[in-house]
Amino acid sequence: MSASAGDKSKPVDHAGAAAAFVADTPHLAFHDRRLWELRQKRDGQMHVLPEWQALRSLASAIKEHTLSRLADYLEQFEAQVTARGVTVHWARDAEEHNAIVLRIMRDHKAKTIAKSKSMLTEECEMVPYLARHGITTTETDLGERIQQLDGEAPSHIVVPSVHKLREDVARVFARTIGGDPNNADPHALAEHARVTTRPLMLDADIGMTGANFLVAETGAVVVCTNEGNADLSANLPKVHIVSAGIEKLVPRQADLGVFVRLLSRSALGSPITQYTSHFRGPRVGAEMHIILVDNGRSQRLGEDDFWTSLKCIRCGACMNTCPVYRRSGGLSYGAVYSGPIGAIINPSYDPVRYSTLPFASTLNGSCTNVCPVKINIHDQLYKWRRVIAERGLLPKNKSLSLRIAGHVLASPRLYRLATGAARLAVRYLPRALLYSKLNSWGRDREVPAAPQESFAAWAARNRPAKKP
Amino acid sequence: MGRAQPSGEKAVSARDDILARIRARRPEGDFPLPTLPQFPGVMGDLLEVFTTNLAVMGGQCVHLPAGEPLGPFLRARLGRGRLIRSSTDELPEFSRTDDVASPGGLKDVHTGIVRARFGVAETGSVFLSDRELRVNTIAYLAQHLVVLLDPAAIIPGIADAYLRDDFTSANYVSLMTGPSATADIEGVLIRGAQGVRSLTVVFA
Amino acid sequence: MTVALAIPCFIDAFFPEVGIATLELLERLGVDVVYPQGQTCCGQPMANNGCQSAAAGVEAHFVDLFGDFDAVVMPSGSCVHHLREHLDAVPQTDRVRHLRAHTYELVEYLHDVLKVSDFPWAEFPHKVGLHNSCGTLRSLRTASMSELGETPFSKPMDLLRGVRGIAFVTPARPDECCGFGGTFSVAEDAVSGRMGLDKVRDHEQAGAEYIVSADTSCLMHQQGCAKRAGVPLRFIHIAQILNGARA
Repeated sequence: MSASAGDKSKPVDHAGAAAAFVADTPHLAFHDRRLWELRQKRDGQMHVLPEWQALRSLASAIKEHTLSRLADYLEQFEAQVTARGVTVHWARDAEEHNAIVLRIMRDHKAKTIAKSKSMLTEECEMVPYLARHGITTTETDLGERIQQLDGEAPSHIVVPSVHKLREDVARVFARTIGGDPNNADPHALAEHARVTTRPLMLDADIGMTGANFLVAETGAVVVCTNEGNADLSANLPKVHIVSAGIEKLVPRQADLGVFVRLLSRSALGSPITQYTSHFRGPRVGAEMHIILVDNGRSQRLGEDDFWTSLKCIRCGACMNTCPVYRRSGGLSYGAVYSGPIGAIINPSYDPVRYSTLPFASTLNGSCTNVCPVKINIHDQLYKWRRVIAERGLLPKNKSLSLRIAGHVLASPRLYRLATGAARLAVRYLPRALLYSKLNSWGRDREVPAAPQESFAAWAARNRPAKKP
Repeated sequence: MGRAQPSGEKAVSARDDILARIRARRPEGDFPLPTLPQFPGVMGDLLEVFTTNLAVMGGQCVHLPAGEPLGPFLRARLGRGRLIRSSTDELPEFSRTDDVASPGGLKDVHTGIVRARFGVAETGSVFLSDRELRVNTIAYLAQHLVVLLDPAAIIPGIADAYLRDDFTSANYVSLMTGPSATADIEGVLIRGAQGVRSLTVVFA
Repeated sequence: MTVALAIPCFIDAFFPEVGIATLELLERLGVDVVYPQGQTCCGQPMANNGCQSAAAGVEAHFVDLFGDFDAVVMPSGSCVHHLREHLDAVPQTDRVRHLRAHTYELVEYLHDVLKVSDFPWAEFPHKVGLHNSCGTLRSLRTASMSELGETPFSKPMDLLRGVRGIAFVTPARPDECCGFGGTFSVAEDAVSGRMGLDKVRDHEQAGAEYIVSADTSCLMHQQGCAKRAGVPLRFIHIAQILNGARA
């Protein structure tokens, strides 16, 4: 089930993993209902804010502007925080990022980290890397903690364990941190997580957080959580490390008035996160480090069709609205980022492994409509399909059948033969043969009944061609 | 950074390398930074709107009865025999927040009392920086948090808040909106995930 | 002005009654319709899979047949979406640009060009749930989209309100995709099938007897899902209702 499981040189089998998810009706039904509820709450927030669409346009324009002058804003941000005593590190890739964290740990003879949610550290596979060097990392967000204890990747970027039912959580806790496997009361489970995680935070040598926004003008690192776990992770230990992707910049403090208003409303349908916290420098007697990570972002910045995916503020609204994501679960994407945004981000990291993801979509376009920074997600999915086909990364049988279809459909004669044969097959084939395992249409639905004649044949009899 | 220094030539630092790559791959076109418009924003009585919106986020509001001194009011409300620490000089009757050796020293506090610099009606948020908190963890390690707020210090919206220079007056600022919360287990809302279990704003 | 009728491959082969209803309806409304023989497909199945090279011959054939008409009408939002937004496996000549700009989905053509609002010959004494395909909804914009909170409008509803006896039901998730998605329906058959099942159950719970749509491809999929699961719904193309079908 783990996102990192499986042969990494092979394309992710999204369809297969999704089929297994669909087969588990109780989990599927809850997953769909819960995420749809978030989508509806998001709609509710949109309806009470008359300026919603204006905010989306502003957010998009601010991000596009920032990305077009990203180097300048990064320098400005660096100067701001450096002046306030923060140490800034730069990492070209995951490997450099992890090495920097390890070096800071060793400098402080530190062994334990209390960490809040950060998709970037997932991207860098930091926790297993540090574990190999004897460092214990505790995820402090409840959903992340559940996933960590279960040895699974987060399945959603905002609600990491949304694919689990309460009974699953009870079993994970009983297996790992003790507790009654038969007491699945969410309040009791959350309380158990609280009392077992808090000592780990109090004892942690180093605290780590991600960042939702970096403000170039003021050097603020903005972290949004509902649990307050990021504030505890950052404010308890003597050292606070921030891992942030270079695309997190916004130019001005006032821009937060746009993004903070959009983020939680889009993500969870709440007007704001319980804690919207701004870190501009270390506490007295403490240290603060910020690691600015590229890891493929500068590459994507130069891709004409795909650079605007860097506008993403990781709200997860596209996942919540995506009818495919809701029915396949985040883990089926086999990647750090799942859902529609994942399907357009992942292929630029590894076009072979993630070649299947842009096809895990009906191109319905709902994702684009809910995106608070107006990323044209479904257009990018369509464009990725072209890139993947052009690079010869379609499955062999698929590209062969499309080539044959293209040949047949370019010829009225072959087309008539093929559709005639299809009607005959539907009419005369025994059910066992018609619904054989080769017919994946027929696994889930009936084929339409075959009419006696095609429309073209009807028209030839009833509307003979007029002579011009 | 774990990279061997190539001998005889100057290694490009990760910083310079990243910045150069970004500059080389800058998206073509003109992307002006928009001026931020003033939206109509919150309508009605700010105190009422604040109270309603904080309730949505799980916080509650209490008015200090006219003529009643704050200290005895809080003492009566919070009960005796509990560890209460205050970060504000106006309440000398309570233990001080900063009377601990480390931020973790506040782990046994039952209730923390702080005074917010201002509130935001749109969301029911309160502005607290390291100056008001004195020890930042008071707002998270305490089981309960009482936030004093001058009703005259409520501003309309989040966008208005970010026009203020309060955010650059401190190294740590949090807009807090209700207590710690999670819905990570089956979407069931739970107050008191890792931080405070309740947040009460006292208008005083 | 002569209008060419383009009939998508799956309607031609499996749902000729939809083509017939479209043709008769346009004729009733006084349109000079021709049906060019030799039609195949618009190229969408290949193009949606990124295979521009496989789509090129199909698109070229479509342009050959239809490039010289004043207007082309199709009873399929999905195909019109492809022609308008993505017909670019062939060189963008003036003829191709003309075709892309003058191809209409049937509802658009009736609503925006002919501006019809009354169908005195039509009576449909049933409860119907309307299914807007994602192509008509989010690309052709024939109805308002729930994600944007825009002022509600619906061109297909405007037309259907001109039919006697018809009653409407509203499903809980009116513009959720039904999961057809072209080759998605076979490549991701489990998710697709589940989406289709959820869609037909949503309409059933709202009290629909029929699901009506401007897209037969969605209906073909939903009908297959409903039949497999024993959901007692019937499916009908909007052209059939507007042309006077009673059931």
